[in-house]
Amino acid sequence: MLISTGIPTEEDLQGVMPPAQRRKLGPVAMAECFQKIPCNPCVAACRQKAITMGNDINECPKIDFDLCTGCGVCLTKCPGLAIFIIDETYGADTALVKLPFEYLPLPQAGQYAMGLNRAGEELGWFKVVQVIKGSARNLTHTICLEVPKELSMEVRNIREGGYRDE
Amino acid sequence: MIRNVEVLVVGGGPAGLCAAQAAASMGAKVTMLERDYVPGGQLVKQTHKFFGSEKQHAGERGFQIGRMLLDEIQADPNIEILPETTALGCYEDGVITALQGDKHLKFRPERTILATGAAEKFLAFPGNDLPGVYGAGAVQTLMNVAGVKPAQRVLMVGSGNIGLIVSYQLKQAGVEVAGVVEAAPRIGGYLVHAAKIRRAGIPILTGWTVKEAFGKEQVEGAVICQLDDKFQQIPGTEKTIACDAICLAVGLTPLTELCWQAGCEMKYIRELSGHVPVVSDDLETTKAGIYAAGDVTGIEEASSAMVEGKIAGYSAAASLGHSPEEAARLRQEAMEELRQLRSGPTGGKINAGIEKVKQDGGVVHVNLYRYSH
Ligand SMILES: Cc1cc2nc3c(=O)[nH]c(=O)nc-3n(C[C@H](O)[C@H](O)[C@H](O)COP(=O)(O)OP(=O)(O)OC[C@H]3O[C@@H](n4cnc5c(N)ncnc54)[C@H](O)[C@@H]3O)c2cc1C
Ligand code: SF4
Ligand code: SF4
Repeated sequence: MLISTGIPTEEDLQGVMPPAQRRKLGPVAMAECFQKIPCNPCVAACRQKAITMGNDINECPKIDFDLCTGCGVCLTKCPGLAIFIIDETYGADTALVKLPFEYLPLPQAGQYAMGLNRAGEELGWFKVVQVIKGSARNLTHTICLEVPKELSMEVRNIREGGYRDE
Repeated sequence: MIRNVEVLVVGGGPAGLCAAQAAASMGAKVTMLERDYVPGGQLVKQTHKFFGSEKQHAGERGFQIGRMLLDEIQADPNIEILPETTALGCYEDGVITALQGDKHLKFRPERTILATGAAEKFLAFPGNDLPGVYGAGAVQTLMNVAGVKPAQRVLMVGSGNIGLIVSYQLKQAGVEVAGVVEAAPRIGGYLVHAAKIRRAGIPILTGWTVKEAFGKEQVEGAVICQLDDKFQQIPGTEKTIACDAICLAVGLTPLTELCWQAGCEMKYIRELSGHVPVVSDDLETTKAGIYAAGDVTGIEEASSAMVEGKIAGYSAAASLGHSPEEAARLRQEAMEELRQLRSGPTGGKINAGIEKVKQDGGVVHVNLYRYSH
């Protein structure tokens, strides 16, 4: 259970996952934020007004997947580092997962990094397609990782360092 | 020689900074005492992004918020900041004494705002006096303020937000975190923080505690064991963890010495993590002219500490006759901000705590997002 391990369950995820049909249309955000906490920068971050929270700052965010363009602005603003962008239209068999990253060293585009799941377990070496550096003020970087399509809902982190060039 | 001052703020954390700014913005002359060499309180050490709403600078990192507040108040001619100055005594006649280097200072303030924050709790277990057993605050100061790597491999004790966040910061600093042990069956801090360290490979063990630390000259490891539902150690569940440091993040308690000395009425409220001064809606204690704001009134968050600071600052200024109407309006706005911050479900179990203070004619300090557990 999430509350005793820190790992969200399948059921937790089902509640916030963009539907498969929507994922076929292009990049879309997924907020893995399951607990009522006093926080709302994601709402303010989205220019499409795709993220809403009702009137109470303690509510969990809700993403309107039809309004979301997958631009990734919310990903860099979320203090919980809980928002990911999934693009299942990226390649024939691959998806692009964009994840927030605050460790050094940063990988370089073209390098391979060890992909990790929500429990920190290794899933394999995946290609870093792009690294979008956070501004001097924001400092949260975005790693764009090309993963096998069936792992688009599994890969949520990379191991810092030890990047490979092959 | 006693110095007469209009508003004296003790403590330069988020509560004290906002109190000084609010009071000065209404026209009061403010003097602020801070024992550290730079004001900012806990914010100075926080390299992670803060929660809250935009009004409390959510999404900014703690140290950035601290710097921002400090820049604003340093530019204010109505505010005098005395760093490296520790308030030592608060006498019944309202005189505050302080130590600055080897100088002994005395102040007679018309209004005093106590914003001294909190102190870390410790945990009793065999071997806890070995070098290498640290409080989480010390680890953060070493790492994030002094730039010193505190250890190679750390065992974290406590899964409140401090335990989770300091684990994350250790990992960022290149320190291995062997795991987070938590006596309770549930993670105490925010689950987004927990998920963030879990997916970085740091295990979180709920229902476990540290049984003892061992090592010759310093910590070489820890024995951890499982707890039953009555928090009793279960024999036979022991595991040995190799580590060169054990970091304790087992909660904070309000730093209230000055409140006691002043003769403020104090109450023990478990939900607020210790003895707290009974305060009115204006955050005035039962000693007229002495206000309290921030963690000293109950362990909570920087966001609420800032808002409380404003409430105390506006109230103190208004009571001295500075722009009373404007101050009342702004104070009202701040109260609404605080109400919103505190309206969450985490408050449910805490409501009992508020009621306890209220019974005494005091107020509304809800400790929702406790940085302890
Ligand atoms: C690891 C960690 C992570 C946190 N993360 C968050 C977060 O994400 N979001 C959030 O909102 N909050 C967070 N907090 C909580 C937040 O930092 C505190 O609630 C907040 O700093 C309390 O503010 P304060 O002004 O009351 O006290 P403090 O920040 O503790 O400031 C008190 C100040 O008073 C000074 N002082 C004390 N005694 C004296 C004396 N006798 N004379 C002179 N000066 C004195 C101290 O030196 C200190 O500067 C976190 C805390 C920790 C430890
Ligand atoms: S990815 Fe862009 S459009 Fe989608 S929710 Fe985030 S900020 Fe809004
Ligand atoms: S900003 Fe992040 S942590 Fe805060 S509510 Fe939004 S998704 Fe949750």
